[in-house]
Amino acid sequence: MNKEEHWDLEIKPKAGLLEVNFKELFAYRNLLVLFIKRDLSTVYKQTVLGPLWYVIQPLFTTIVFSIIFNNIAGIKTGVVPAFLFYLAGTCLWTYFNDSLLSTSRAFTDNSGIFGKVYFPRLVLPLSRVLSGFIKFLVQLGLFLVVYAYFIIFTDVALKPNWQLVFIPLVLLLLLLLGLGFGLIISSLTTKYRDLQHLLGFGMQLAMYASPVVYPMFKVSDKWYGKYLWLNPMSSFLELFRYGFFGDYTVNLWYLVYSSVFTVIILGGGIIMFNKHEKSFMDTV
Amino acid sequence: MSSIAIKVENVSKQYRLGEVGTGTMTHDLNRWWHKIRGKEDPYLQIGETNDRTKKAESEYVWALKNIDFEIQKGEMIGIVGRNGAGKSTLLKILSRITQPTTGTMKVNGRIASLLEVGTGFHPELTGRENIFLNGSILGMKKHEIASKFDEIVEFAGVERYIDTPVKRYSSGMYVRLAFGVAAHLQPEILIIDEVLAVGDSEFQRKSIAKMEQVCKDEGKTLIFVSHNSAAIQRLCQKCVYLKEGQMVLFDETDKIIQHYNKDSYEADLIKNGKFVGESNNKSFGNFKVKISEFAFYNATTGEETYIFKSGESVEIKLRYTSNSYENDKIGMIGLGLQIFNANGQFVTVLNNAMAYKVFRNAPLNGVLTCILPKLPFMFGDFYVRPNLIVDGEVAEQYMEGIKITVEEYDFYGTGISNAHGRQGVYIEQSWLDIEV
Repeated sequence: MNKEEHWDLEIKPKAGLLEVNFKELFAYRNLLVLFIKRDLSTVYKQTVLGPLWYVIQPLFTTIVFSIIFNNIAGIKTGVVPAFLFYLAGTCLWTYFNDSLLSTSRAFTDNSGIFGKVYFPRLVLPLSRVLSGFIKFLVQLGLFLVVYAYFIIFTDVALKPNWQLVFIPLVLLLLLLLGLGFGLIISSLTTKYRDLQHLLGFGMQLAMYASPVVYPMFKVSDKWYGKYLWLNPMSSFLELFRYGFFGDYTVNLWYLVYSSVFTVIILGGGIIMFNKHEKSFMDTV
Repeated sequence: MSSIAIKVENVSKQYRLGEVGTGTMTHDLNRWWHKIRGKEDPYLQIGETNDRTKKAESEYVWALKNIDFEIQKGEMIGIVGRNGAGKSTLLKILSRITQPTTGTMKVNGRIASLLEVGTGFHPELTGRENIFLNGSILGMKKHEIASKFDEIVEFAGVERYIDTPVKRYSSGMYVRLAFGVAAHLQPEILIIDEVLAVGDSEFQRKSIAKMEQVCKDEGKTLIFVSHNSAAIQRLCQKCVYLKEGQMVLFDETDKIIQHYNKDSYEADLIKNGKFVGESNNKSFGNFKVKISEFAFYNATTGEETYIFKSGESVEIKLRYTSNSYENDKIGMIGLGLQIFNANGQFVTVLNNAMAYKVFRNAPLNGVLTCILPKLPFMFGDFYVRPNLIVDGEVAEQYMEGIKITVEEYDFYGTGISNAHGRQGVYIEQSWLDIEV
């Protein structure tokens, strides 16, 4: 046997921390597409309304929010119609929330497949957030329809502006933030199931710590106002609304902060996922 | 490129017993504390071999310990062992589902594994969609799947159901489709766990034939786990024999199967040779009369032995005792001797009544002797199981037989043994001259 043996694959007990095999991931792009298709097509199988559920959900949430927070609680949303305000908040928050939750269940939901066959594990959370993104696009369509209605048929002073170009970036960052948090939680829940319980109501509370049901200017004069900006979601939500409505505040530094925060969380998520993907079958 | 497909070097796998979750945090912290001080993982030094029947003394157990072997390209390897021997753990490491605790495994070529029925099948999707999904999970490209699609459907025999969600499939159809995909994957290395047992015998035959064809014609490497020794013997030239997480043997299939059968036969109860002593969980009966000694002798030399040559004369002696039989008299005593081969199959039975010998008014203690003038077994291990009958009731019967080993020898005295390691029997034969 010659000394320079070639091996296609070596399986060792430990692997590097940030070692993501992009080549392998790319080779499995077919699977990624199929997983996305599966996620989208199986959710509403054997339902009557099918994909209509994608829009029914945010529509009703928005109606309820408008009634409770605007009408009953009397939170004013500035020049922007309350319905539009809450629709934007709900769509974005649901998008982030779903990315996070579906990623966080990547290991536990798929222990059946993971336990029987190998493929790059990262494919699964990726497919989850991407199918979530497609679902979000449908909801964004709903938002645009309502938005167009208000611009054309009413005389509310909506001032769409050049900052709209940042919207795709915001959407990407939101996705990565959800993915990063989800990866961290999915890695930890394989061992410590407590997190799963925490997550359910934790995300609900987190929504109230983000400007989903209230605009940021409402809290800016309160003592906790500036702390709310530490929530990375705040800048993303505000920028989204600013781009479309031309109202509300955007601070560049908070935006940079949120972006850096996202990158760190994503990096941490990938490290933890990598560390756990090889051994999680023994703990799950 | 070397001709080795898989090289397993000193692979071990440790598992933690008991309820996962309790105390993991403290163990994790302890591990971490050792690690930052540059010390070895404290939990790797403990752990026991994996004997599932014994109560554990340590929380950690070695599901696999120091496994070492090489598989050449194009070889078909079977893995045998009893439940809990570590077969599935080894397959899981080979197919990258879990990683070894220590040791490395090196692979040349693409691996596809079929560890369970319908791996990666989604119940809501149709058979067609699942073929593509499953193929992709196993690492196939889309056009590869498309080009094999018809073949897969035909092999699985599910044309009618191909556009029905697989949740409506029978379990047999499920495994047919799953195996169909795996068998047409064209990986260089195919790993198959005991999944075929679900299918009917026609399908099992078909899949074994398919595996044989894939490996022999196309030079693929196969790793196959099964409890079906006939399938293993047919497919695999060599086998790995695992026992309690350790590799006992890596050798030719026939030797392994023999060794394995012998072990599993002996595992619980029997020891080689004579059984002396009180009745216990090795036997059952009313124990009014007990077997106190059961031994084999070479009738020619008179020596006690358990190794014979074909055609030798054998004496089987059984001493029975009875301290307090009703009326101090035994009405009728009889002895049956069942004989099994190493695979546990019944070969024949000996019985005093069959040989026109009846023991009436037998003494309370005595020795029964059976003489076999010419031992007819060709080769291998045989197990003789005594059954002592007194007055129509089983007095004592062994759960398992006593082992005797038969060496190949010239039974007919013609210089031709013709056994070739086969575990058959010789029978008396005579031939006439050619008639014209």
